[in-house]
Amino acid sequence: MTSTPKSSFVLSRRHLLGIEGLSATEITGLLDLGEEFVALNRQIDKKKASLRGRTQVNMFFENSTRTQASFELAGKRLGADVMNMSASSSSMNKGETLIDTAMTLNAMHPDILVVRHHASGAVELLASKLDCSVINAGDGTHEHPTQALLDALTIRRNKGRIEGLLVVICGDILHSRVARSNIILLNAMGARVRVVAPSTLLPPGIERMGVEVARDMREGLADADIVMMLRLQRERMNGSFVPSVSEYFNYWGLDQKKLSYAKKDALVMHPGPMNRGVEIDSIVADGAQSLIREQVEMGVAIRMAVLEALSRNLPNA
Amino acid sequence: MREARPVLLANARIIDPSRDLDIIGDLLIADGIIREAKKGIGAAGVPEGTEVIDCRDKVIAPGLVDMRAFIGEPGATYRETFASASQAAAAGGVTTIVCQPDTSPAIDDPATVDFVLRRARDTAIVHVAPMAALTKRLEGHEMTELGLLKAAGAVAFTDGTKSVTNAQVMRRALTYARDFDALIVHHTEDPDLNGDGVMNEGEYAARLGLLGIPPAAETIMLERDMRLVALTKGRYHAASITCAGSLAVLRQAKDSGLDVTAAASINHLTLNENDIGSYRTFLKVKPPLRAEDDRNALVAALNDGLIDVIMSDHNPQDVETKRLPFAEAAAGAIGLETMLSAGLRLVHSGDVTLPVLLRAMSTRPAELLGLPGGTLRAGAPADVIVIDPDVPWIVNPDELKSKCKNTPFDEARMTGRVVRTIVTGRTIYESL
Repeated sequence: MTSTPKSSFVLSRRHLLGIEGLSATEITGLLDLGEEFVALNRQIDKKKASLRGRTQVNMFFENSTRTQASFELAGKRLGADVMNMSASSSSMNKGETLIDTAMTLNAMHPDILVVRHHASGAVELLASKLDCSVINAGDGTHEHPTQALLDALTIRRNKGRIEGLLVVICGDILHSRVARSNIILLNAMGARVRVVAPSTLLPPGIERMGVEVARDMREGLADADIVMMLRLQRERMNGSFVPSVSEYFNYWGLDQKKLSYAKKDALVMHPGPMNRGVEIDSIVADGAQSLIREQVEMGVAIRMAVLEALSRNLPNA
Repeated sequence: MREARPVLLANARIIDPSRDLDIIGDLLIADGIIREAKKGIGAAGVPEGTEVIDCRDKVIAPGLVDMRAFIGEPGATYRETFASASQAAAAGGVTTIVCQPDTSPAIDDPATVDFVLRRARDTAIVHVAPMAALTKRLEGHEMTELGLLKAAGAVAFTDGTKSVTNAQVMRRALTYARDFDALIVHHTEDPDLNGDGVMNEGEYAARLGLLGIPPAAETIMLERDMRLVALTKGRYHAASITCAGSLAVLRQAKDSGLDVTAAASINHLTLNENDIGSYRTFLKVKPPLRAEDDRNALVAALNDGLIDVIMSDHNPQDVETKRLPFAEAAAGAIGLETMLSAGLRLVHSGDVTLPVLLRAMSTRPAELLGLPGGTLRAGAPADVIVIDPDVPWIVNPDELKSKCKNTPFDEARMTGRVVRTIVTGRTIYESL
């Protein structure tokens, strides 16, 4: 067993439902703790015992590979008993309501529930009915707090700071919980945020969430320190929101040329999974300025930090 | 039924919006009829055996006529019956419920109108006046038997919360309805522009990650309708207006002399989109709650008569359709029992006067629908309410009479409520 982390940060809340409402101090506390787990995760012995005896249930009502795997690994490395439930195997498919599923689970006394759901607000609804800690692993188009935290950790490690940077988020802002959580976090940490997208993919009122809005990539990427690309789902590219894949890539897909509009040392991020050739060109995705693989690594570390910091606040901790 | 004793409601503030009466005086009721309402009738001037009720510091007004309430008969009695709805209405001062035709089956033929009227007669303690469907099965394609339905007792024609998107169908209905002097009531929302939206479009929807419904979805449909009313010279009533843009359209239509009226729900007059808070599904209504600027515009329009009617938009939804994530939850809020008290908020805040409020809740809807209530004139049926405008109370869902408890005023603090409801001379509700 390795030693306990040096950081004694406690997230003094029962749940992590979103970035909204977190203070800069709390965000920094989580990032500092996450930083320690990065080192741990690179060791041969990655095991800690801080969640020993705790039960963590990952409940994914929406398919996910990386987020679920990341939470599973994070819980196991901290010593928790981790159980995965996915939509295909759960009774949600048998017509049970969300609340009933929650009450059933509640009776099994989990300590931490990690939830992803396709409806905005669903995780908050669940949390209001449960006795355990709830972590939002993405709810509809609302929030995805651990993604924003891992993005922040990635940025801080590579730029040494978050405050004062210009972060440009490009693509399907309308349907993106990643964008919302990042906008809130980056604002809280003192970064400048700009969004670039076709107008059909921008939610009306977005300019009042503390972002600059640009419609084309040359103007949008100017002076960018970080370029964060978002996934565009295929069913939204057939004429409903944008006319076609090729038109979208032509105007908003990130290739070498468009990346050159940003600062020379700009770094590229993507929450994954990527649509190569739709929102991002392979040369950029795999290039020297890309942080995409590091984001995945930070994902495990930051989820360990969230689990650890929340568990320190659990009863009998 | 035993004849009720004559009743003298004494020393009250009597407000009769049907003749701009606002006096301190007495109101005499006998044989189910209002005998007179004036200063100083006194205990001496009444028939023998008259019950004298002191109503000092209370307000007497015509019973409310709620122009839009969904009742689950036929087909959804688990949500509401005429019996339960009428109990809620009585407690809220509503003496006439105008029920909506979007039932199962829809109220779209004379036999169903007859069924509704008989069920209401046998089970309801307040008057029930049904609206009938404007198109068969509410499908928006073929018009219903407007003449026969009206003869059967339908007071107006509407497709409930569905909009008739086909302009040709709407044009013909407006034209044909003219021959029967039938009122067309239309829910103005363009379903395509509404799309998958679940709340008002704007910053708050963006923050909650919920898809928005632009106010233009309502205004576009209303604008189209105004062109059709100009074309057909039909009688038209906008069922539920919610935004400033629609008010401008309405203003222009009224100024140009079209036979157009409009209602706003009590929800849109007293709540806004921010009341949704953290995904409170009881605040999910159709059309959605709008911005505060829109709400203020609605209140101003109520004051200058542009909005004719306030209705409850009573829509009972059971727990299982509301205890869901916001986007998946059913739309609708109950309102029969809280409409008046919520409206009194506007009075206490100084935004509207009590006569203006009561006119929009009683006199105007009765006029539009050709109903006998909404007035305290001598000879009118004695549908009368006594209001204590200053009594504080808290809305406790367990005490509400409606079968469903989906009130947006859950646990809300209210000032003022009905203390006595009289229907055809008989007291059917009394609170201490």
